[in-house]
Amino acid sequence: MRALRNAGLAFGALVVGSVLFCAVFAELLMPHDPFAQDLTRRLLPPFWLEGHDPAHLLGTDQLGRDYLSRLILGARISMLIGITAVIVSGVIGITIGVVGGFFGGRVDDVVMFIITTRLAIPLILVALAVVSLIGSSLTVVVLTLGLLLWDRFAVVARTTTMQVRTLDYVSAAWAAGCSRAWILGREVLPNILSPLAVVATLEMALAILLEAVLSFLGLGVPPPLPSWGLMISEGKEYMFFDPWVIFVPGITLFVLVMGINLLGDGLRDMVGASQVR
Amino acid sequence: MSAARGTALLQVRNLRISFGSLAAVRGADLTIYRGETHCVVGESGCGKSVTALAVMGLLARNAVREADRLVFDGQDLLRLSESQLSRLRGDRMAMIFQEPMTSLNPAYTVGSQMAEVYRRHRGGSRAEALDRAEDLLAKCRVTSPRLRLGQYPHQLSGGLRQRVMIAMALMCDPELLVADEPTTALDVTVQAQILRLLMDLQRDLGLALMLITHDLGVVARMAHRVSVMYAGEVVESAPAEHLFGNPTHPYTRGLLACVPVPGKVRRDQPLGAIPGVVPRIGPRFEGCAFRDRCGQARPDCARTVAWQANGEHGYRCVLPPDWTGPASLAA
Amino acid sequence: MLLFLFRRTALAVLVALTVLTFAFVLTRLAGDLAIVIAGPEARAEDVEAIRRAYGLDRPVVIQFFDWAWRAATGDFGESFFFRERVSTLIRQRLPVTLTLGVVGIGIALVVAIPLGILAALHENTWIDRAVGLVAMVGQALPSFWLALLLMLFFGLQLGWLPISGTGSWEHYVMPGIVLSFSAIPALMRLTRAGMIDAMSSDYIRTARAKGLSRSSIVLKHALRNAAMPVVSISAVQLGFMLGGSIVIETVFALHGIGFLAWESISKNDFPTVQAVVLLFAVIYIVLTLIADVANAVLDPRLRAS
Repeated sequence: MRALRNAGLAFGALVVGSVLFCAVFAELLMPHDPFAQDLTRRLLPPFWLEGHDPAHLLGTDQLGRDYLSRLILGARISMLIGITAVIVSGVIGITIGVVGGFFGGRVDDVVMFIITTRLAIPLILVALAVVSLIGSSLTVVVLTLGLLLWDRFAVVARTTTMQVRTLDYVSAAWAAGCSRAWILGREVLPNILSPLAVVATLEMALAILLEAVLSFLGLGVPPPLPSWGLMISEGKEYMFFDPWVIFVPGITLFVLVMGINLLGDGLRDMVGASQVR
Repeated sequence: MSAARGTALLQVRNLRISFGSLAAVRGADLTIYRGETHCVVGESGCGKSVTALAVMGLLARNAVREADRLVFDGQDLLRLSESQLSRLRGDRMAMIFQEPMTSLNPAYTVGSQMAEVYRRHRGGSRAEALDRAEDLLAKCRVTSPRLRLGQYPHQLSGGLRQRVMIAMALMCDPELLVADEPTTALDVTVQAQILRLLMDLQRDLGLALMLITHDLGVVARMAHRVSVMYAGEVVESAPAEHLFGNPTHPYTRGLLACVPVPGKVRRDQPLGAIPGVVPRIGPRFEGCAFRDRCGQARPDCARTVAWQANGEHGYRCVLPPDWTGPASLAA
Repeated sequence: MLLFLFRRTALAVLVALTVLTFAFVLTRLAGDLAIVIAGPEARAEDVEAIRRAYGLDRPVVIQFFDWAWRAATGDFGESFFFRERVSTLIRQRLPVTLTLGVVGIGIALVVAIPLGILAALHENTWIDRAVGLVAMVGQALPSFWLALLLMLFFGLQLGWLPISGTGSWEHYVMPGIVLSFSAIPALMRLTRAGMIDAMSSDYIRTARAKGLSRSSIVLKHALRNAAMPVVSISAVQLGFMLGGSIVIETVFALHGIGFLAWESISKNDFPTVQAVVLLFAVIYIVLTLIADVANAVLDPRLRAS
């Protein structure tokens, strides 16, 4: 069982590592210009199908752009969105959660109210509306997701802060006359970091999935940028004749999200952050 | 009841139970006779509860149970499948537990939980089963039993819940009732009432009662026969009057010295105590487990010690029955 | 109990009012609504006319209270795009979305509870791990992609199910399956954890001591206690699901509220967008309220206090 779990962690790390590598070194790895159209060579099949072109390993899309190159640049978009959205939502959520958990009482009531309200707001719908109203761009998508995805950070930060606050050594620090800021920074924060790291992986996976959903519905990353969700959306017109056009970006998206979740699961077992579900 | 009082109902020979590298019971022998109260006494962790659970076939999945003989009324329990065993449990052998607060299912009424046993083993309508439940609650001295049938466990006090557990165990007229420290979790006054109840029920219904306890006062009041367990072994077994009149194993003597008996103990003398703790025993342990705490330990205590029997009184020690001297090491 | 009901309801109303405000502010994010409505080619007089026609020339606070008061009474005004009362649109579309939600949560429960029980009874064995892996796969599958795959396989390859539309019950099978995937992992893990907890409890030992059958022990005694949180969480999950129906309804062209939302968003139809945001939020708030109350009623220990 332990071996299986470690295999999951290793697989997750491998997937996330390679996608990150593609994202960072996209320019070096892309065999073609991902935006260069060639209408004479459109919808070429990938290497495992008959009639493929060795120059285009994963074929070409409906405008004749190299699929592999677009997939590699898409990795950059996914990772960029995933990481930035987690940073934005992490800052918001952790602040809200720690404040509620640390001060308790009325403050905590307000925090709980804010979290409850956030959960009542339909996520995808509001994200779509915001992007539609302000206009779609990478920045808008990142900020919208970041501003909406902080709820789990807040919930976990709040519960763990409450737990840490009642620990003996924190009480001892109070008794020793340490200031609030000192206790927050030196005692509380370091102790709630490991469960929050697990939340970060979950939220990163969610942000990547949501970006794909927004792009799929045409209100995410604007074309011609090759978001994987957008690639699936553009491909769905052709999927009945060339199903591989949705298989390829779909599988990469699925494997990446799976990898991040496995990494998070492994992390949870390692740090014993059972508070996070 | 088929057979008369005094014939063996349950026979356990060389029962061994282990949890991974921990040997919880290492070759325990036990014979329980029809219509008798048999107390199994010992410190916590000596394997007495595990023995009771093993008899019922209720051990946790990670436990390994082996025995030379485990026979209930002529039926070899070791050969029964889980489903055959479940036909016996609750019907001919029943059990009550230490924790009345959590032993009843919070989601169902007392009546439905009691009726369920009867209908599983005896069939019949729900109304019949509820009538029987009402009778038994009354017999267990529960006030307004009809009302209790519709109540949920959380509405009852601990003592009341234990009475419900007892009544539920008696639904199918079992021959053997196993009671695992049934009063430990209760208030002292309630303890006395529950023990009185068990005593009366045992006598009136002709039950064989296997009572697990660490309280020698309880043993003295209730037992027909006593087995003393230490570190997974039965170290002494005898009819109650023999055991109290003539305790032989050093551990039994040490244990009895810890009990204040009015008239025997003088105020100015300290009460006995056995220094040290029950050792954790691995699977390959040999010899007497009490030797490290024993005042009479000898080199041959490290070898396998034979069971000495004198009629119905037996013990596992190298010493003769009439030895004298300190039972345990001085503190 | 009464106090709990009162406090819980008051909280729900307060949250609903906050969301109401949020829905109003949301549509003001774009700046001047009149320009957006009039379109890029409109002349200044047209914009001015629209501003007056929709009452956008009044102070924002007045606009808000006017809108909020009407919204609270179920009047969301007229849709810019559909030229119909928004409340009529919602009444027409709601049955589709509710059917989809009920089918989705139904499939999710039917799959998740047995899998959760199976994993719990075989805790830490390969069966448990396999079930956990299934949950993880379900969580990682992008719903819209899964929808397309099902369309390709069951719709095109096998020809078993219709690919889009609302005509018959068959139209709800694939969307229901896709929607259920979002709730299965959470419900399954919860069932598993609850069952593991219940199976190691004292009352299960009692049930075994009573000689009850294995099925009675697992299904009657353990599941009853493990199911209580699952029931309440499934109400919450249904709320999330309805919010997620926008993706599935769009893919399968199911003309429910989700599809309406997508249409109105892409057509800048603000009254409809506001109404739908509010509707989904209120459904969620009501479902969580029901879940909490149901939990209190189902659990005999909570009922008494």
